[in-house]
Amino acid sequence: MAKRKPARKTPQRAAPEPAPQKLYDIREGTVIDHIPAGQALRVLQVLGITDGTDRLISVGMNLSSRKLGKKDIVKVEGKLLTKDELNQLALITPGVSINQISNGLVKEKFSADLPAVVSSMLCPNPNCITRHQVTPGKFHTLQKKPLLLTCAYCERLVEADQIALTECVH
Amino acid sequence: MQDFSKEDILKVLTTAKKLSQRSSPKLMQGKILGSLFFEPSTRTRLSFESAMAKLGGSAVGFADASVSSVTKGESLLDTIHMVERYADVLVIRHSQEGAARLAAEATARPVINAGDGANQHPTQTLVDLYTIQQLLGRLDRLKIAIVGDLKYGRTVHSLVHGLSHFSSELTLISPETLKLPNSYREVLYRSRIRYHESEDFAQHLPEFDVLYMTRIQKERFADAAEYEEVRNAYMLTAAHLKRAKPTLKILHPLPRVTEIAGDVDGTPHAAYFQQAGNGIPVRQAIIALLAGAIT
Repeated sequence: MAKRKPARKTPQRAAPEPAPQKLYDIREGTVIDHIPAGQALRVLQVLGITDGTDRLISVGMNLSSRKLGKKDIVKVEGKLLTKDELNQLALITPGVSINQISNGLVKEKFSADLPAVVSSMLCPNPNCITRHQVTPGKFHTLQKKPLLLTCAYCERLVEADQIALTECVH
Repeated sequence: MQDFSKEDILKVLTTAKKLSQRSSPKLMQGKILGSLFFEPSTRTRLSFESAMAKLGGSAVGFADASVSSVTKGESLLDTIHMVERYADVLVIRHSQEGAARLAAEATARPVINAGDGANQHPTQTLVDLYTIQQLLGRLDRLKIAIVGDLKYGRTVHSLVHGLSHFSSELTLISPETLKLPNSYREVLYRSRIRYHESEDFAQHLPEFDVLYMTRIQKERFADAAEYEEVRNAYMLTAAHLKRAKPTLKILHPLPRVTEIAGDVDGTPHAAYFQQAGNGIPVRQAIIALLAGAIT
């Protein structure tokens, strides 16, 4: 009886390379990078882009990141961030990288850092004078990690989960 | 209260002592105090107006928001913008926290916070510190118990700030639901002030140099049933004082309700009426220093 040859093994093909994680590049505008994964929609809310816009927007969520493990990115054509928007990003997504793009190149790069005095948010104390008079809130940053602010008026402490943003000036 | 450094506090106390030795120092002759009391007051309002009168000045204002244009919907800021044109120094008590700070930002006139909601009552603290120093000769190395409504009591909040500049040890005594808010524990922590918390004031009474009693703040409770549970949490009587140090002093910002029995008044420990009287020189000092009438 002829000896059966061992079955030829099908050569294992290498797993295909994952497609590069790439978003549409913008020519003039702002790239907000290193957003904690899953927070891109909050960033769009801060920018006033929730119900639709004429701008070219590119959004990536849960992209791999050497720095964060996973991250989101938002790219907005034709827009520079206002001071209010920067403050609010510093509140809800501290440490995000802001890249101002001009002519397709990074013109300026900085982090959205929490300033010593923050506005653009509501005091969570319902008896604070700022909740009863037409006056913007004002908060002092006591510490950044974990986030701790104090209302400049009623002096209550405000933690990260108590932050309620006001409408930004866009 | 955190606007005051230790040096500022000691300056007020020293100035108050000097003024207490002069019968009617006319430092504010021809000047007017704007007295804006949106919330009820006896001691604070009367002592400010009396202090101003004794300095040679006078006071205008209101003791009740219902007699002002606030009833017509006038905002706090508009009220301040008007009163600053009539008065040289403003004193304000308001039910909402931060009102005095907002008023101070709106005018170049000096603004004194006479109490803002459940937040602060800084001039009361200056009266309290003046009284402690007057009776015990120092503000350091004392064992001070603060008893009652530590959550809503603005005199407590300001007192914590004031005492954070001195090296005394605090015992915070309150029902579980009326503990000192975290923001004030944070002040003690950052200032490295030793403190303990307890619900029982009688147990540790022999250790204390100062017993600062406070009223449970009925008007700050959103839920009446919650207030009823704690309203008589602490009732100090003369019998408790048999175990106290002979030098123990009992303070209370007043008004009292049930927390200090009448039989305590006649003991050598009771200092709350003297404390109330100290409101005059201390408030004279505050007004005169803020107006630049004394250095």
